[in-house]
Amino acid sequence: MDRVYLDNNATTMVDPQVSAVMTEFETKKYGNPNSLHSFGMEVRKPMEKALDQLYKGLNASDEDNIIINGCATEGNNTVLKDVLFDRILGEGKKKKVLISSVEHPSVFNTAAYMGKMGAEVIALPVNEDGIVTLDILKEYLVPQETALVSVMWANNETGLIFPVKEMAEYCRASGVPFHTDAVQAIGKIPVDLQDVPADYLTFSAHKFHGPKGVGGLFVRKGAPVSPLLHGGEQMGNLRAGTVNVPGFIGMGLAMELAVSQLDRELTQVRSLRDRLEDAMAQIPDVTILGKRELRTPNTILASFKGVEGEALAWELNKFGVAVSTGSACASESLETDHTLVAMKIDPSLSHTALRFSLSRFTTDGEISYVIDVLGKAVERLRKISIDY
Amino acid sequence: MAKKDLIGGKLWETYSNNVIERMNNPSFFGEISEDEARGKEKRLIIADWGAESCGDAVRLYWLVDTSNDTILKARFKTFGCGTAIASSDVMAELCMGKTVDEALKITNLDVEKALRDSEDQAAIPPQKMHCSVMAYDVIKKAASLYKGVEMEDLEEEEIVCECARVSLKTVKDVIRINDLKSVEEITRYTKAGAFCGSCIRPGGHEKRKYYLEDILAEVRAEMDREQIKTAGSLENFKEMSPIAQYKAIEEIFAEKIKPILHRDGGDVEIMDIKNEGDETIVFIRYLGGCATCAAAGTGTLSMIDQALKGTVGPDITVRMI
Repeated sequence: MDRVYLDNNATTMVDPQVSAVMTEFETKKYGNPNSLHSFGMEVRKPMEKALDQLYKGLNASDEDNIIINGCATEGNNTVLKDVLFDRILGEGKKKKVLISSVEHPSVFNTAAYMGKMGAEVIALPVNEDGIVTLDILKEYLVPQETALVSVMWANNETGLIFPVKEMAEYCRASGVPFHTDAVQAIGKIPVDLQDVPADYLTFSAHKFHGPKGVGGLFVRKGAPVSPLLHGGEQMGNLRAGTVNVPGFIGMGLAMELAVSQLDRELTQVRSLRDRLEDAMAQIPDVTILGKRELRTPNTILASFKGVEGEALAWELNKFGVAVSTGSACASESLETDHTLVAMKIDPSLSHTALRFSLSRFTTDGEISYVIDVLGKAVERLRKISIDY
Repeated sequence: MAKKDLIGGKLWETYSNNVIERMNNPSFFGEISEDEARGKEKRLIIADWGAESCGDAVRLYWLVDTSNDTILKARFKTFGCGTAIASSDVMAELCMGKTVDEALKITNLDVEKALRDSEDQAAIPPQKMHCSVMAYDVIKKAASLYKGVEMEDLEEEEIVCECARVSLKTVKDVIRINDLKSVEEITRYTKAGAFCGSCIRPGGHEKRKYYLEDILAEVRAEMDREQIKTAGSLENFKEMSPIAQYKAIEEIFAEKIKPILHRDGGDVEIMDIKNEGDETIVFIRYLGGCATCAAAGTGTLSMIDQALKGTVGPDITVRMI
């Protein structure tokens, strides 16, 4: 076995079909879509097709906007900073922003910035399962004081899926705008914007076998939004800057493929994940974090007693297996991943946590190999370990 | 921030080959059994340091020849990342063949140096230095067990950071040995302040006797003063001509005093030098940040005074105009 990539929550392989399409728009049809001439002309139709693929994939209405941008971080910043500058500092009536305590840094740290600038940010706690429930939201939401609620669709570390439909419906009924970071949901579970009345939703192509450096922000009809980047008239004046044409077109196809292969994610990927998880559970003193039925089908976060996370990630890397760790030792700040802190995970578990995330390209043979080497890696480190 | 900082995630590429080799194949991990320690003039010491919940824990085994206090054999076990394994491995190796007192002199920097591939290339990045400090701490623990004294008796053990159990001595030592200049560096080296943060400065959730910011300022000031004192003295100052005296003093200011003031955005100017009997008086005027600094007339003035006395002799005094 050469190498096995089980870090798909970090980024994914570009689907070869997507890559092939993109090359055409890099070396042949490289015109600026805002140009009048034939070079500009020939890219506009494929861009429209890509938009169709994205609208269809998310089941958005033609009245809504899907703004193509650089990444989900940009989408999250656009929504949160619009709320900060236009609602909180501009109108000055509602100052509260509710986020979950386990948001990705692109929301968490942006919200912290909002707090510094005068917003009142509340990080919603998670329950014993690690999720924010509707009841928790209801407890903290004061509609007349709240400018935005932002809760992720699925968590990057644990894969835990949040009840965004109930929360979006409740926010809608309460007259509070609702945003969700759906980066970890698209391509893994159904994301239907007719079913879930979110006002804003962000996504990123490279998490569903599209290219890096391109993402999208869904803004429902009537929901206010101001550009984060000012400049030219691209994207209906909502996002200045020449559109990343190959990325955009690649993202459209990646979305179509991800949605059309969702069944496979829910069956084949899930069964491979379950097989790996069951095998892990056979190793003594392994704790799987988060109930299986509450997680995206591709993710496992597991703690191996007595084995520090970075050490195990290193050991697996020697065997060619790529996974990631939220262990404090692997971060420059020596801080444990805040998701684990918010989940009130026992510190000794958080230091030993490792994330395995599969994709539709993961094979049965790869999982067998990982099961084999994981046992060896854990055994070697436990021999050195003081606690084992 | 600069070019080298723009691409992150390089942690594993910063480890030396020596670190990697020891991570993959540590030579000195394991235990020493009671059986091995049986017999006259042999003693087994087992010392624990750290805790799994803190992310690092190490256990050190020593087999000591009690006739001459020599460590015959050392082994370790560790819960920790690869650099903790590598640091523990080299620490165990460094202990062997030394007497307990010699082993006590091993510092975290010795551990780090022993892990280097070449003299001028650090073996591990700064945020991993605490792994080497842990190796240093466990030696102290083992020595205290051997000597039958509390660790506090080996030195004055005043705990600064309760979360990471870091002592005042350790904090002061790492600042001195590693020439640390910021609280962030202290945290990376020792983990002090990495958890609740109460020990960094007043205002945290817990009141502390010592704060890292104050300790850092104090040790840096001490280090500055020592540097001044160690400079050579001008024995023949009194025999010099007024111009030569002025030049000599100007040189002391340029080399020893101004750099310290510049660090805080301040400066100083020599206005006049007068000889009154045996005494020489240097008149100065503060500039920049020093002109408005509250400590300029007290702490800073005394620092300058000592710098001059240390170099020229006891009969020189500085005064502000």
